[in-house]
Amino acid sequence: MAEMAMREAYGRALADYGAVNPSIVALDVDTSASTLSNFFASRFPDRFINVGIAEPGMVDVAAGLALGGYIPFINGFASILSLRALEQIRTCVCYARTNVKIAASYAGISDFKDGPTHYSITDLANVRALPGITVIVPADAAEAADWVPIVAEFDGPVYFRISRAGSLPVHRPGSPLQIGKGRVLRDGKDLTLIAMGTMVGRCATAAGQLATLGIDARLVEMHTLKPLDCEMVIQSAAETGAIVTAEEHSIIGGLGGAISEVLGEYQPVPVERVGIRDYFCPTGRDLDKLMDACGLSVQAIIDASQKVLARKK
Amino acid sequence: MNYLAPEKILELEGIARLLRVDSLRFIHRRGSGHPGGALSAAEIMSALYFHVMKIDPTRPDWDDRDRFILSKGHASAVLYAALTRRGFFPAAEMENWGEIDCPHQGHPDRLKTPGVDMTSGLLGHGVAVGAGLALSARMKNKDLRTYVLLGDGESQGGIVWEGAAVAAKYRLANLTCILDNNDVQLDGPVHEVMPMESWAEKWKTCGWYVLEINGHNIRQVVEGLQLAAQVHDKPTIIIAHTTKGRGVSFMENKSYWHGNIPNADQMKQALEELGEVTDG
Repeated sequence: MAEMAMREAYGRALADYGAVNPSIVALDVDTSASTLSNFFASRFPDRFINVGIAEPGMVDVAAGLALGGYIPFINGFASILSLRALEQIRTCVCYARTNVKIAASYAGISDFKDGPTHYSITDLANVRALPGITVIVPADAAEAADWVPIVAEFDGPVYFRISRAGSLPVHRPGSPLQIGKGRVLRDGKDLTLIAMGTMVGRCATAAGQLATLGIDARLVEMHTLKPLDCEMVIQSAAETGAIVTAEEHSIIGGLGGAISEVLGEYQPVPVERVGIRDYFCPTGRDLDKLMDACGLSVQAIIDASQKVLARKK
Repeated sequence: MNYLAPEKILELEGIARLLRVDSLRFIHRRGSGHPGGALSAAEIMSALYFHVMKIDPTRPDWDDRDRFILSKGHASAVLYAALTRRGFFPAAEMENWGEIDCPHQGHPDRLKTPGVDMTSGLLGHGVAVGAGLALSARMKNKDLRTYVLLGDGESQGGIVWEGAAVAAKYRLANLTCILDNNDVQLDGPVHEVMPMESWAEKWKTCGWYVLEINGHNIRQVVEGLQLAAQVHDKPTIIIAHTTKGRGVSFMENKSYWHGNIPNADQMKQALEELGEVTDG
């Protein structure tokens, strides 16, 4: 199967589920041709609101629609939603507990041609700190589509992180997903790779290569950053004694940060974080090569695994 | 438009007076709050909560009620005064306003105070949230109005105009904003801190129907609100010219009284000026 972009799978799934649940409305900020909320817009023009290039306003209008009984999916770029509109998300969505779904597209460095202004490498850190929010990061296109009905029917604010691009497929369509429950995709005893989003597929590849080196790596997909599946994190640390995290995000405040917090408190073991190491990544010509250059390569995961194993001894 | 009987005007004026008294008492007891902007909005709140809005204190979650958003959430005291006087919750609950176990927060919290339709406090959100609410009501064919009380100071922020644009684009005739144009903010006169005049021209250019009234004249407030409901193709803003700290001579037009608390002597004088008999 050709690899579909995650945003396309999301856009199609939102339109499909819009037919199931008439309370769903979609909002966009003049980016519907990018986020692909235009699939929904063309099927349900009366339930689509384009507010122009105004992310804070979109969040507040969505909060009002939620107060009126709708389930608004707001669509825009993760970088702008999680920074320029963060106060609106905090006050009018999280604190006021309005049922707004934030579909944050072009996440990570997936908008490789536009460069650092459009990269979203701190969004998970920004939103994770907000009380009352649920943060979900699908690993691939099929998984993004499967999450849409779950996110729609969940009662409460959700930050739903969507890549502009495709990623190595790991999710079998229809296989079960549960908010707050990590998934063991591969068992292993030497260390645990805990990954989210587009790095799950890369970790699966890395785990295969580690096996040829005689290293038996467990792979956990942590699609829900918040509420974090602390039990699975602690159990993985206890059973394998070493953890490598991997995310298309800064190593500060995202998955690596969250897991380090849990392990520091409950199960201290060596941890290595694969991610963007606190700098503004450059513009690229090709996403895979850009990810490799920004510290997100399969080799980087293998290197981190070997390093964490050395520290474990 | 219904003619407003003189008795009704007297009644609503009397309620406005009580809302001022309550607001100051709440703020004084708590030792914290924003008196100036509460006092400037008393007639507007009296007209909305005791004459114009379709609400039912026994059913704060009634789906078909009119909605109100206090965008200038700092003036929470006057909203709490209106809600208690209208019977949404007992005034006694305000006696420990500010204490940890008091449900009513410094600024309005929709999850904690019955009758509060939207959480507010950080400024600027009301118009955009109100636009979303009004849009939802129209999409559901509901015969209800959304009211937003907006401050002039907060209108210096861009988010207000993002909301205004959305309301104009979707021609949300079921949305009425009232600008409490008291021209005083924390650091001084609004027209000095950041001049934005003319408000009327700005809102008109933005696609809104604009009314200008004396915000302390009950007849003008009520008739303005009723006229807004007759505009069928665009949202309305009522620019209410008001006096910050209205009704207490030493507070009027003074930015000091945006967020300062009267001492015992000042409180006594304020209540006397508002027609309350105080002992000692």
